Amino acid sequence: MSHANVFRATFQRELKLLARQKADWVNPLLFFIIILTLFPLGVGAKPNLLREIAPGVIWIAALLSVLLGAERQFRQDYRDGVLEQLVSARSPLVGYSLAKIAAGWLGSGLPLILVSPLLALFLGLSTEALTAVVLTLLLGTPLLSLLSALGAALTLSADKGGILLALIILPLYIPLLIFASAAVEQASFGLNYQAQLAVLAAMLCVALALVPLAVQKALKLNVG
Amino acid sequence: MFKWLDPYAKPQVLFATLLWWQRWLMPLSIVVLLLGTVWGLGFTPADYQQGDSYRIIHVHVPAAIWSMGVYAWMAIAAFIALVWQVKTAQWAIGAIAPIGAVYTLIALFTGAAWGKPMWGTWWVWDARLTSELILLFLFLGVMALQNAFADRQTGDKAAAVLAVVGVVNLPIIHYSVEWWNTLHQGATITKFAKPSMDPSMLWPLLICILGFALLFGALTCLRLRTAILQHEAHRPWVRQYVQEQQHATV
Repeated sequence: MSHANVFRATFQRELKLLARQKADWVNPLLFFIIILTLFPLGVGAKPNLLREIAPGVIWIAALLSVLLGAERQFRQDYRDGVLEQLVSARSPLVGYSLAKIAAGWLGSGLPLILVSPLLALFLGLSTEALTAVVLTLLLGTPLLSLLSALGAALTLSADKGGILLALIILPLYIPLLIFASAAVEQASFGLNYQAQLAVLAAMLCVALALVPLAVQKALKLNVG
Repeated sequence: MFKWLDPYAKPQVLFATLLWWQRWLMPLSIVVLLLGTVWGLGFTPADYQQGDSYRIIHVHVPAAIWSMGVYAWMAIAAFIALVWQVKTAQWAIGAIAPIGAVYTLIALFTGAAWGKPMWGTWWVWDARLTSELILLFLFLGVMALQNAFADRQTGDKAAAVLAVVGVVNLPIIHYSVEWWNTLHQGATITKFAKPSMDPSMLWPLLICILGFALLFGALTCLRLRTAILQHEAHRPWVRQYVQEQQHATV
């Protein structure tokens, strides 16, 4: 079986699962919205303060809600033996992991992007900053899904997977967070932020090329 | 080259080699470190601006330099472990990671202790400080991942993957945080990064840097030897070695 075949089959199956298990994508989205609601309550509903911290808050909420769904990404396939079958059949795991990551992004990344304009309005962001938030999320959430898939694959057979996953993956998120909030901040001053977007795109390309290989390696060593 | 390196993949051969190196490196590192720190802390002239508190660089700078260096060595070991499936390289990751974490902690602590009188604050969200803190998280992540599995070999391999992925992250973190900061304010520490030092201050610093490198080598030999004994505890040569040691002490 080629990578493309495995990708197609896995992707179709994942889409079906997403359509049937709605909690998988509704819960991270609710989590995202609730975190954003907590901030005005926690730091006080001062419009200027909220506008200032909004980019960072939206991004941190996005990091956490992607991380929330990450742990389950490969767990079901590991428990019921699908992964073992794939490894012992020597089928190409890169196609499988790419499909998993793509479906994971559709489930936990895309809803955040769709709902983010609404939330940015709640936090009083200007239109320029709002555009920047949507653009950085568009480039950044696939990267979040890639890295969290790597974390999920590495900690697959670990005893306390969940908290460990956060511990090893959050430091890897930091460059992304820095560039994304820098872009939004530039935008809110009305400055050009194409450089930050270009760096985000470059990081996404590198990760897209290399992370599936690392995920494949991590899955194999956890199964075999 | 591989023909020459190949025997060292065998635990027993590596164990003997490490023992030999450790016997040299341990006393040498202690002598060099004593020389460097006593010279640096006691006999160099005081700085005209900072007084005596600048002397902490003799501990701070070597620890900071080698916290990065140790990570690089750990990543090299991880790469060897992944590509050539060398068991001893896998064990080396676990042997090296805690040393790196402690070096990073030393660098952070001495930096904070110097920053309080000089900058008036323990901590600034500056490029170098932040990237050093993230380095500490990376070391701790590798250690946590390695110990998280019921099967020790899986843990070793997973830690190797993480260490290699993390090295890609290091330059990104370093430069991205610099970018991030230049947006807010000018760099506050980088003007100290390449100080034009008087030779009377520079020499003890260089000796201390060498001393920290030697100490890293000696500790790695010690910790890797321990790891080899633990992993190979069921082998006849280990039993024989332990018996010999017991006879020697009795």
